[in-house]
Amino acid sequence: MATASEIATAAARTDVRNRWWLATPALLIVLLAAIGPLVVVVLYSFMVKGDYGDVKYWQFSLDGWFSVIFERDVFDDTLKLADAHLIILWRSVKLSLITTLVTLLLGFPTAYFIATRDRRWRDFWLFLVTLPFWTNLLIRTFAIQEVFRNEGVVNSALLQLGVIKRPLQIMFTDVGIFLGMAYVYLPLMVLPLYASIERFDFRFAEAAADLYASNFNVLRRIIIPMMRPGIIAGSILVFIPSLGAYVTPRLLGGGRNLMLGNLIELQFGQGRNWPLGSALSITLTGGVMLALLVYVRAASKSGSGQHG
Amino acid sequence: MPEEKSAVEIRQVTKVFGDAFKALDGVSISIRKNEFFTLLGPSGCGKTTLLRLIAGFEYPTAGTIQLHGKDIATLPPYQRPINTVFQNYALFPHLTVSQNIGFGLEMLGKPKAEIAARVENMLRLVRMEDLRHRRTTEISGGQQQRVALARALAPAPKVLLLDEPLSALDYKLRKEMQIELKRLQLETGITFIFVTHDQEEALTMSDRIAVLSGGRVLQVGTPREIYDSPGDRFVADFIGEANFLSGEIVTAAKDRALVRLASGVDIVARLPHFAPQQGRVTVIVRPEHAEIHADGRPSPLSGTLESIVYFGTDTHLHVRLSHGDRFVVRRQNSALQDAALVTGAPVGVAIDLAAAQILRN
Amino acid sequence: MARRHSVRRQRGFTTIALLCFVLLYLPIGTMVVFAFNAGTTVGAIEGLSLRWFVTAWNNESVIEATLRSLTVAPIAAFVATIAATMAALATTRTASYRGLAFKVAFINQPLMVPEIVTAVALLVVFSRVKVWTGYTGIGYLIAAHIAFCIPFAFLPIRARLETMDLSLERAAADLYATPWKVFCRVTFPLLWPAILAGFMLAFVVSLDDVVITEFIKSAGQETLPTYMLGQLRRTVTPEMNAISTMFLALSIAVVTLFFFLSRKKD
Repeated sequence: MATASEIATAAARTDVRNRWWLATPALLIVLLAAIGPLVVVVLYSFMVKGDYGDVKYWQFSLDGWFSVIFERDVFDDTLKLADAHLIILWRSVKLSLITTLVTLLLGFPTAYFIATRDRRWRDFWLFLVTLPFWTNLLIRTFAIQEVFRNEGVVNSALLQLGVIKRPLQIMFTDVGIFLGMAYVYLPLMVLPLYASIERFDFRFAEAAADLYASNFNVLRRIIIPMMRPGIIAGSILVFIPSLGAYVTPRLLGGGRNLMLGNLIELQFGQGRNWPLGSALSITLTGGVMLALLVYVRAASKSGSGQHG
Repeated sequence: MPEEKSAVEIRQVTKVFGDAFKALDGVSISIRKNEFFTLLGPSGCGKTTLLRLIAGFEYPTAGTIQLHGKDIATLPPYQRPINTVFQNYALFPHLTVSQNIGFGLEMLGKPKAEIAARVENMLRLVRMEDLRHRRTTEISGGQQQRVALARALAPAPKVLLLDEPLSALDYKLRKEMQIELKRLQLETGITFIFVTHDQEEALTMSDRIAVLSGGRVLQVGTPREIYDSPGDRFVADFIGEANFLSGEIVTAAKDRALVRLASGVDIVARLPHFAPQQGRVTVIVRPEHAEIHADGRPSPLSGTLESIVYFGTDTHLHVRLSHGDRFVVRRQNSALQDAALVTGAPVGVAIDLAAAQILRN
Repeated sequence: MARRHSVRRQRGFTTIALLCFVLLYLPIGTMVVFAFNAGTTVGAIEGLSLRWFVTAWNNESVIEATLRSLTVAPIAAFVATIAATMAALATTRTASYRGLAFKVAFINQPLMVPEIVTAVALLVVFSRVKVWTGYTGIGYLIAAHIAFCIPFAFLPIRARLETMDLSLERAAADLYATPWKVFCRVTFPLLWPAILAGFMLAFVVSLDDVVITEFIKSAGQETLPTYMLGQLRRTVTPEMNAISTMFLALSIAVVTLFFFLSRKKD
């Protein structure tokens, strides 16, 4: 007869078998159609570029990575910094940071407003934020594009009111890209902030008020510090897609104001430089991972801070 | 054979979690048929782990568990004729009251008519006939408690396990349910194993109690035995209130000993077989087994009255003994007041005959 | 009468919040209004009509792209939801083990990598596979959609399993239910809303995808979003407003359904 500990081992073994075969389909699909291709991109970034796109197989070179930062002069073969790439990299980071900051400044009060409504109204306001969140990004970009066009609603209105003589050029500028990104990513900021503020126990605020804190000081000293995880989560949720944005800068930046996403596309399209495109992709992924790492660090720190 | 009499026979059960944490350490308990048996102890003492081992949610690292003489330690929970009333009831929120009660019978593959009749019986037993079609999320805590009981009793298990089932109820409801549980146990004749950290609950309901601490069984006995002759300081302290006096055995004879207290006074104390027969010992005196005087008559202990705490039915008098220890005397309140008993007054304490007992060291 | 003091009130927050709601809905509202414009310009309203909806309806490319979207999305969402449910069970209904966190991170990976990177990665691999196998069908689109839908289905299902009281399943086992019966009678019924939510999220995500589809589609495999992206690069006609409005209506329908299903459980 089996002893209890043998049975316990057998049960554990069934458990191990179950947790593997149950997870296998998902793991396999993600491996084949997401992680595997990513590994291929890493390999491609170290290969020699083909003459008509693609790469020359198993001919390795660091040119792809090299040309992320440097370029060879066509005439005298001297090295110089690839200004065009650096400008695009800088634009990506700059616009992503500004977008994150502005959506935070707008999103926090909005989330706070929703979280402090009555139960019934809260659902209504929350629904109003959720709706754009799940509406096609392309449609929302198109919608904001229609507003800012030279013949769009904003310019038409301002012209008719006589505020401006000529239409404001917003489309195809950095400002246009920023406005578009802020518009499409605002819900991504509001939702995690709401989730965080909704759980806030206002007895802490009452305790602070009892100790002579004004409402502004309650906000500054109690609410915002305690909402740190939500603020970080929202910022990361906006920063990451901004950094890798493709559709919004493509439509609102035209062909001139590229961001990293568009530069990558260019290398796989007209540029026909797949190793460079791959290297840029890995750079972008690295940037996102870095942001996530900062997030995990900050989140775990503020988490332990609350307990301690 | 001794197995014939016992419902659950736990022998040398040890449960280790992870690499090092010993939740249970060589526990042996014999639970008799039709008994209301309570596992009592503070949180973390291993009582819930023991219950989960009996139910089959965990398997012991070592040792055997027998049910009516048959080894069950190796069976999965769904093959053990043992049912559990969970601490948070664990009622299925997507099923009605009746469906919850009938769930076990359904899983056993009983015919529909039999299930219906049995559910009907159970509804009557716990007085829930009117709420049978309600969702379990739509009824009160006390009602949920009844449904959980009915659900666990419906398959007529050999043993019913109850994991602190009353802890979520308020004081009054808890009192009612205590009586209800006792009635159900008597009516069904099923062995109940009840886990609690509430000593009062344990004393009022149980036929026998096992006191656990740190994964070990400290003492098993009837409520009276546990309360009147606790084995050691932990049991004495955990169940009821106790005064501890240190002293030294002067002479010991069979079950009595003369103990010289720190104050130099000798008292007679009961000497259980497990207690030391000589040397330094600890003596326990329950607060209700002592009397307090302020009239200066000679008494074994003397000191100053520090505080008077009024409890309605009785009053607790805290005395600082002359050699420094504290001693609590409980006194039943009566219409007559003792005017001399005021804080700061010098008092004498007398211990009832045969009330002091020597503890295991 | 002075307003009573409340610690919840913050000066200016309501104004900013209401401004945000106006900003969120003004562009969408404008788009919808112009979809009903009778005129041919996108600058001024010249009366209401449904002519642009009719134009879109008669546009074969639009219909074809819509049908393709409505083929890929349900298939991808269905397969992804099943795979995600199984994986969610494997990562919650078990004792904690080494590699569990890794498994979860692995499945969530498509969420962490920028879409454009996944898109070019799949372009690189699929273009090779297309040469090797000669197959250029819609399978590539579906496979890619399944992969990036899995984490979206996985998240709500796993979250529900994590908060679901394990004692319910224990109680069922205690009441003689075998593991398979525990799943059928307790786990699945309680998990069902989350599975539905996961499916709908996956569906919407697949339906909305532009970037990955744009990179891996073969010739003649436009979905509605990639068709729109192509059109938006040219001169925009009011027809786009009409198409977008219809797409928006579809999204609202799905999201509304999702919102109420997920709310009801609280």
